[in-house]
Amino acid sequence: MTAVIEVDHLVKRYADFTAVHDVSFTVEAGEIFGILGPNGSGKTTTVESLQGLRSIEGGSVSVLGFDPTTHAHEIRRRVGSQLQESALPDRIKVWEALQLFSSISDRGPSWRDVLRDWGLAEKKDARFGSLSGGQQQRLFVALSLVNDPQIVFLDEMTTGLDPASRRVAWDLIRRVQERGTTVVLVTHFMDEAETLCDRLVVVNQGAVVAGGTPGELIDRLGGGVRVRFTLDGEEPPWLATVPHVSSWTRDRNRYEVLGDGPVLAYVAAGLVEHGRVPADLRQERATLEDVFLKLTQGDGS
Amino acid sequence: MRVLRGLTWLELKLFLREPLTVLFALILPLMVLYVMGGVFGNQADAGMYRGVGAMDYYVPAYIALVTASVGLISLPTQLAGYRERGVLKRYRASSIPARVVLGSQVAVAVVISTVSAAILVLAALLAYDVASPRSILVVLAGFALVALCFSAIGVVLGAVVPSSRAAQALGVMLWFVMLMVGGAGPPPEVLSGAMGVVGELTPLRHAVRTMQDGWLGLDAGYSWAVVALITLACGLVAVRYFRWE
Repeated sequence: MTAVIEVDHLVKRYADFTAVHDVSFTVEAGEIFGILGPNGSGKTTTVESLQGLRSIEGGSVSVLGFDPTTHAHEIRRRVGSQLQESALPDRIKVWEALQLFSSISDRGPSWRDVLRDWGLAEKKDARFGSLSGGQQQRLFVALSLVNDPQIVFLDEMTTGLDPASRRVAWDLIRRVQERGTTVVLVTHFMDEAETLCDRLVVVNQGAVVAGGTPGELIDRLGGGVRVRFTLDGEEPPWLATVPHVSSWTRDRNRYEVLGDGPVLAYVAAGLVEHGRVPADLRQERATLEDVFLKLTQGDGS
Repeated sequence: MRVLRGLTWLELKLFLREPLTVLFALILPLMVLYVMGGVFGNQADAGMYRGVGAMDYYVPAYIALVTASVGLISLPTQLAGYRERGVLKRYRASSIPARVVLGSQVAVAVVISTVSAAILVLAALLAYDVASPRSILVVLAGFALVALCFSAIGVVLGAVVPSSRAAQALGVMLWFVMLMVGGAGPPPEVLSGAMGVVGELTPLRHAVRTMQDGWLGLDAGYSWAVVALITLACGLVAVRYFRWE
């Protein structure tokens, strides 16, 4: 794996406040990398700094080997982006937008192919202002790909979409990754990050507070895995020796086992091995949302 | 160059899709001509209108006036609106250079001004029996300069005002003040001391003289230089202080 983005202790100040004071992360080629955080945590500032749309007051940033403070143009030629709070003229038609943006770059697919590939052919002559939120996002994704970018930045692209449109947007994002493009996904939706991201960082109040794969974060910060089952008869004395089990409690015939990682598989195997098949067996796992709330609400107090 | 051409063509198409602004650009010159023509007639009046008939004086002045309306009102409103809505931010992230964005706005403004001016001239020649231009070449050169000048002023306004509403208010105000004291409304000879001085300071006054120069065969003196200087200065300021968001 090679790093396509390296951010080291990024600092960004506006006139009256510091938006970002300590953000570091590395994005590998080909992954979907998530930047998670509550509103106002510095996510957008960070990705806009990566594209050279914001000045930087401290730390260093490298995108595809270029410094955005001095080589923004080189970066913008090689990346695509869907920005928050950006728009097109209301009366521009879908095909006109695609044609305009593809005319900027010498590389990339023909805009007619992009139009077809992203399911916009029947909306070809529709005006931007008449498109639904989902269709506008689809157009923005299509526009971000007309220069055949190596990295695509998607900033809160599913905010304001209905649940069905969000699922469609997720499929779009996976398709972007499948064509070999690295995706940097800014979001405050946990389910979105858990479903899509290979790795992610959680940003709070301008600093990275945690990072890793969604699974790692949940294991590390979600308070472990809880396995519950119902078992009549005598207590299984071997339960404490099962790998990955840290403790267990019993309330009549209901057992609760605390552990980590693949504890469910080991407990299940142990039960079957000892001929004690339980009436039910289920795992309760913390979600990314639990982790996120723990990280972003208060200081662990 | 290819992107500039593409964006200019696109902007023209977008302009044509706004029925009200199109109507405004087509109707304004005719309205100005009709109302002012009715008020002033075309009698020469000693000591007035630089010594020529009122309509002969006003037609070249109105060319400058309609051009000013495009540059001072339409262009900045459009540009500030684009900034406000995030269109400029979108363009910037896609590597469309500032000079292309500004260039396309200027090009569109010049095209619209040309169409407006053509309608005005046609109506004036057909309906009001005004004098034909003395030198078409000088008129065309003057028009090119005047159109560029007001577009450049418009780009500065659009580059620095915060919102399209502010741009519109400011543009209309400037246009109206210039109409009153710039020599395209009341004849400059009736403006009293202070107003005459203020009038002399407006770009419209010099634009009017520049247009009248070729049309009436008068001597505009340093007005050509003033218009050219304003164009150059505004162009530099616009590129320097342009903000994407």
